[in-house]
Parts: sequence; structure tokens; C-alpha cells
Amino acid sequence: MRSNLFKALAVAVVSASCFGIISTAALAEKSGGILKFYHRGTPPSGSIHEEATSSTLVPYMSVFNNLVMFDQAKPVNSAETIVPDLAKSWAWGGDKTKVTFTLRKGVKFHDGKPFTAKDVVCTWNLILGNSKAKLRKNPRKSWYKNLASVEASGDYEVTFNLKRRQPAFLMLLASGYSPVYPCHVPPKKMRTKPIGTGPFKFVSLKQNEHVKFTKNKDYWKKGRPLLDGHEWTIIKSRSTRVLGFIAGKFDMSFAGDISIPIYKDLIKQAPHAICEKHATNVSTNLIVNQFKPPFDNGKIRKAMVLTIDRASFNKILGHGEFIMSGAMLPPPHGVWGMPPEVLKNVAGYHPDVAANRAEARKIMKSLGYGPDNRLKVKVATRNIAIYRDPAVLLIDHLKEIFIDGELDTVETSNWHAKVARKDYQVGLNLTGIGVDDPDAMFYENYACGSQRNYTGYCKEEMMKLFEKQSMMDNGPERMKLVYEIDKKLQEDAARPIIANNVRYNCFQPYVKGFKTQTNSLYNGWRFEDIYLDK
Amino acid sequence: MLYSYLIQRFLLMFLTLLGMSIIIFVLLRLVPGNIVDIMFDSAGFVDPDEKKTIEKELGLDLPIYEQYYHWIVGLISFDLGFSYVSEMPAVDEIGPRIPITAKLAALSLFFSILFGLPLGVISAVKQNTALDYALRVVSLSGLSLPSFWLALLILMACVSYTGAIPIYTETPETLWDELLLYLLPSAAVGFRASALIMRLTRSSMLEVMRQDYIRTAMSKGASDNAINYKHALRNAVLPVTTIVGIEAAFLIGGLIITETVFNIPGVAHFLVEAILMRDYPIVQSLVMFIAIIVVVINFLTDLAYAALDPRIKYSD
Repeated sequence: MRSNLFKALAVAVVSASCFGIISTAALAEKSGGILKFYHRGTPPSGSIHEEATSSTLVPYMSVFNNLVMFDQAKPVNSAETIVPDLAKSWAWGGDKTKVTFTLRKGVKFHDGKPFTAKDVVCTWNLILGNSKAKLRKNPRKSWYKNLASVEASGDYEVTFNLKRRQPAFLMLLASGYSPVYPCHVPPKKMRTKPIGTGPFKFVSLKQNEHVKFTKNKDYWKKGRPLLDGHEWTIIKSRSTRVLGFIAGKFDMSFAGDISIPIYKDLIKQAPHAICEKHATNVSTNLIVNQFKPPFDNGKIRKAMVLTIDRASFNKILGHGEFIMSGAMLPPPHGVWGMPPEVLKNVAGYHPDVAANRAEARKIMKSLGYGPDNRLKVKVATRNIAIYRDPAVLLIDHLKEIFIDGELDTVETSNWHAKVARKDYQVGLNLTGIGVDDPDAMFYENYACGSQRNYTGYCKEEMMKLFEKQSMMDNGPERMKLVYEIDKKLQEDAARPIIANNVRYNCFQPYVKGFKTQTNSLYNGWRFEDIYLDK
Repeated sequence: MLYSYLIQRFLLMFLTLLGMSIIIFVLLRLVPGNIVDIMFDSAGFVDPDEKKTIEKELGLDLPIYEQYYHWIVGLISFDLGFSYVSEMPAVDEIGPRIPITAKLAALSLFFSILFGLPLGVISAVKQNTALDYALRVVSLSGLSLPSFWLALLILMACVSYTGAIPIYTETPETLWDELLLYLLPSAAVGFRASALIMRLTRSSMLEVMRQDYIRTAMSKGASDNAINYKHALRNAVLPVTTIVGIEAAFLIGGLIITETVFNIPGVAHFLVEAILMRDYPIVQSLVMFIAIIVVVINFLTDLAYAALDPRIKYSD
């Protein structure tokens, strides 16, 4: 009896203290104020489904809702951090070949029209190319290759029918790249005046000046958002925008804008700033055109993989903070990347660079190259520092195996067009991924026929492995297979990863309720929980 | 005489602008890559079918002469087309930016004349004195310091010493705010032009000061001020006028950088962005606008010669 009383008392105390903490936190939240950011350039449009750049996604994500999303308070996106958004709940059926969402009622778009299952159907039909209205660009079509159809059952239930089992399908839907569009607004208008159900309404965009958003007072989530709006001043000059942040003109830096050297300088001048280090899931990688001889020979590609000295890249460009990885980002920043003890056994990752290079030279000699017969190539890269600097190092590393590279800088606006039409021999590229999941990574960058598979790498056996892992539930089995695939991709020189980049996200100390996500630049910008504690 | 001169000049202006329009139009299309490639850059891939559709939508599939014809016809009727990037009318994009750059350019020019001309005269009058050497050092540094570097130094100094940064983040509410905002950028741009004016005024003044009529004025007992400013400067200022006219056109170049560093949303910075994006309607319209301004300034400079020197006739 006495013990029960004690237990009850303990529970009451714990509950009260928990309640106290919660209520203190709730009380501490402050409403009002405009969150001020700088932006590095004019967003190409406001239509998230048509873009693959953080320039659009970061400011505009808060205009929309998804069916499900990644918990904005958790730093690592994973299947476990998926939470409901416009869908109240979901249920898998047919051995994970279909997923049915029950939708929220009473949600309205910014123009007052109600949100229904029809809007969900319209959005994914637009992406699949099944609707009369067309997206001008459709960069994530490859994500939904396994999606057969989307069907509404009444106004508040919608089912996604898959061609085969794909348990990680929800990961794609949880990305900031998967907002629900209104059926009644044409794609052209979504580019210039986007309308969603999200916590903030789009106000205006003026090229080279600003993008402004205001609070959606009719937001379906009660008590949210806390801010009155958020505004982005577009500043092309990086020196100016960083100085602006130091001078307190801005509350937050732009996603991924603060590199390691800039952070070191910034924190000296603004010691009060809070800067969170994060992996962006943007990798620096070598691309070798497999259609252009002699690079159609796997041996020469393997030699190129072996000559890369990743540690020196990291030391010179990353101040020792870059992450060594294969295609997938390893823990603690990511989920699926090979741990160091596995990674060191992948060709080219062994720390003994001299031994790797000796093996590479042997391969090159067997192909007829040597000190007197050097291979001359052009190393193409985008003409901006984050591409150019590693390309110069790469040329130096290639010299070690009788390859003389000549830097071919390509105007930034022509870069993707050039690599997409395979108009290069060897190149250095940066690749970002929207969702930290093998399905997104493998199908987007390594699958046969994918538009973003710049090297043209295509192997039937690998396609089978991609599909096999995609059909598996998350767990040690899938993890093991993903490691195996990643190892093969690196050794095949499909797109050898040199390093995974690290950046800082800086904000003023009075910015509260924001958490930097560490394994994607594209999913953590809903802003509905942020407040200014001034 | 004046009328025939004006008609001749107008005809010449028209031909110059026509030539400019052809050059701009052709050059823009000779540069590799077009707007559609750039649009796809933000999507990370290029889909050939989608690319063709957009090219058709924007009229880029038409033969080049047909595209030129449509542009010129539009230009004559003040229809500048739509920005490829923002999908807004080009007039709405360009219009509000012109006054910003115009004010900045005018203020820069004002600064350069305000400092360049009197300091040039002082430097000449006080030739080979400590003051002359000091002014020559200042003018040389004005010519050798790139305006972007100077602009960045100004910003860094402001942040370090005042904790504030004088950049454009929102539209200034009053004329005073606007003046304060443009003060430093225009000084950064005007510094170079003032240095040039100072040096030219100095050398021109030194040449004029050795002329017989100056000696005559001195022997007649005219005051120093009358000699320097009434007799000498009036003649010395002619080559300076030419330079001011040319510098006014060159200011646009300096403004591109300064607008970028101070984040001022003027046409100069906008033009560079439009070129990078291959936003043809914007670039073509803006370059034509700048060409018109330059041609008009040159015309006004020619007219100013006659006003300054009665020996120059319009028939010359």
C-alpha cells in the first residue's frame, strides 16, 4: 500500500515536472517577427516540382505541405523520423505494393479552396506525365518509376499503387521535394505565384532583390506558424552577404552557404553566432565518360580510382572535416553509408596511397601507358571555386599514373547541358541528393537510362541489385546489400566519390526552434516551429 | 546651319543604334548555351523533348532573322517582350531599376566632377609642391584601385568600426535615406573617374597656363582667381568635357561591380545576371537602352563644346 502510494507520488512528480518542462517550453515560444535570411541568388522559379536546387526549395518549402514529412526537430532523416503532414495516417497493403493515406479534413489552400484527395492525384499525375497540364521540367520523374497509379477514394483517402514492393517509398514522399500542389492552379502559375496549404503564403519575388512570405493565418495546424513571415534578401556577392550576417542584418545564413574557411572567419567576427556543422549529402565526385575511348575500358577507370588521395583532398579543401564515404553518407550524419572498417577495403580507399598508386601504374603500363606515353585528357568542370579547386587537385593525382589532365572550365550555366549530352572525357562534379535513401541515390545517379546518370554507367546485374534492395524492408539485410552495391559502384568507377562535403548553418542566438538536418539540404525548411526570442 | 547639323547627327544616331541592335542580337546568339540549357541547369539534367517544347514556347526555334524582326517590331511599339527567367513583362523588370542606376550614376559623376575638377586646378596651380605631390598620389591610387576592391574595403571597414553594413536590403523610405544609401557606392565608383578628371584637368591647365593670353592677363594685373578659373579653366576644361562624356558611359562598367557588392538592385547588376541567364529580351532591351544613353550623352557633349568654346561651329 505504502509502496503503491510512493509509486503514485513518483509518477505524479515526474508527470508534473514533465508537464512543467513542456509548458515552460510552450510558454517560452514567442509569436511574431519576420525571420530574415539572405539568399545567394534569385530562385529559378517557385515551383518545387520543376526544380532540383536548394535555391528554390529552401525558401518555398514552407508554402506547401506534403502527405508525410521528416520530423523537423530531428537532425537525421530516416524512415523512423517520418511524421504525418496532410495525411493523418497511412497503411501499407498488398505486401507493400500499395499505401493508402487518410487525409486531414478542413485544410485549405492559400486561395481558400479546400484540399482534397483530388489534389494529391493531380500532383502525382503531373509528375508521372499523365495529366493534360504539363510540368516544364520534371527532375524527379525517376523517383516514381515504380509508381503505377494514384487513386482517390472519396475526398479524404488516396492510394498509391506501386508496380512492385517498395517499402522505402514513403521516404520519397517525405522529402521537401514532394509537396502537394493544388489541382486548380496551372503549372505556369505555380512557377511565379505558388499556392499551397503550408504555414506561409508567397508574397512576392523580385529578381536580384527579395523573396517574401507571410504567415498563413488559416493554417490547419493550430498555433503555427509562430513567425509573421520570412524574407530573403538576394545577395550575389558572398563577401557582402556574410558581412551582412556578421553585422546582424540577417537572422540566418542560406542553407549550405558557409564553408569551413568562411565559418572560421565568421565566428571570429561574430562569436555570438550559433553555427551548426552538417553534412549536406552533397559529394564531390569524379565522372568518367564511359562512352569515350579509352575510358570505355574498365581497367583504366579502376586505375583512376586508385590514384585518388582522398586524405589530401580532405586536408586541403575540407580542413580535415570532410566525410570519407562511398555514394551513401555514413553514420552519424547519414544512415546507409559504409562504416570506416568496411570502407577501407574498397579499392582506392585504403590509406596506403603509395601502394594504391603502384597498383594503378601497373594497370596503366599493362594498357601501354607509361612515362614516355602519357595519356592526355581534358578534365572538365564547372567554373566555380567549389568545382575548380578539387579538379586542380584531381589533375595532380592523375599525373601520378601517366595521365596529363588539362583543366577545361565550363561556364556554370552550360555545365549540366554539357555533361548530360556526354560531351566530356573526364570531369569533376558535385552531386546532391534529396533523400538519404538508397532508392533515391541509386535510381537517380547510377541506374540505366536515368537523366542524371552523367557517366552512362549501366549494368544489368547492378539494376537487379538496385531492385533487390529496393524491395527489402529496412534492416541489417538491406544495409548489407546496400554496402555491397556501394562498394561495387566505387570499384567500377561508376562515379567515384572523392569526399562528402561539410558546411555550417549559422543563425543568431535569438533564433529558436530550428534544427539543422544533417543528411539532406532539402527537407528541413518548413519553419513553422521557429520563433524569435528577442 | 544648326538644323542641318542636328539632322545629320540624328541620322547618324539612328544608324549607330540600328548597327548596335544587329550586333547585340547576333552576338548574344553566338555565345554557347541558351536559356533552356540554363533552365535545365537548376533541374540537374536536360531532357531533349522538354527542351524542344520550351524552345518553341519561347520562339527560339524560329530562324534568327525572324526572331530579330519580331524583336525590332516589338521595340518600336515599346513591347519589350517577357523575361525568360521571371516570365514577367521585360518593361516591369527593367523599368523600376533604371532610376536606381541613374541616381547612382548621376551621384558618382557629381562626385567625380566635384572633386576632380577643383583638385586638378589646385594641383596645376601648386605644381611641384607637397600638395601637388599628395594630390597626384591620390589620383594615381584612384586609377589603380579596382572599384570592387575599394567597395569591399569600405564594407569591411563599416562592419568592423560601426557594426553596421550600408547595403541595400529594402527600398529607402525618404530621399535622405536614399542619399545615405547611395553615398558610399557612388563614392567608390566616382573615385576612379575623379582621379582621371583630376589628372586631365591638371595637365590641361598646365598647358593653358603657359599660353600667351594668360601671361597677358597676368601683366594686366588680373587676380589669381580670375586667371585660373575665368581664363585658364574655361579653355582647359574642353578635353575634360570629352572625358566626362566618355566616363559617363564607362560608369556603367564600374556600377556593375559596385551594385553587386553593395547589393543595389540597379540595371547594371541586373544586366550581368540577365547575360549569364541568356535572358535575351532583357539583355537586348537593356543594351539598347544603354546604347541610346551613350549616344545621347555623346551628342550632348558635342553640343557642350560649342557652348564652352565659341570658336567651334556646328558645321565643323
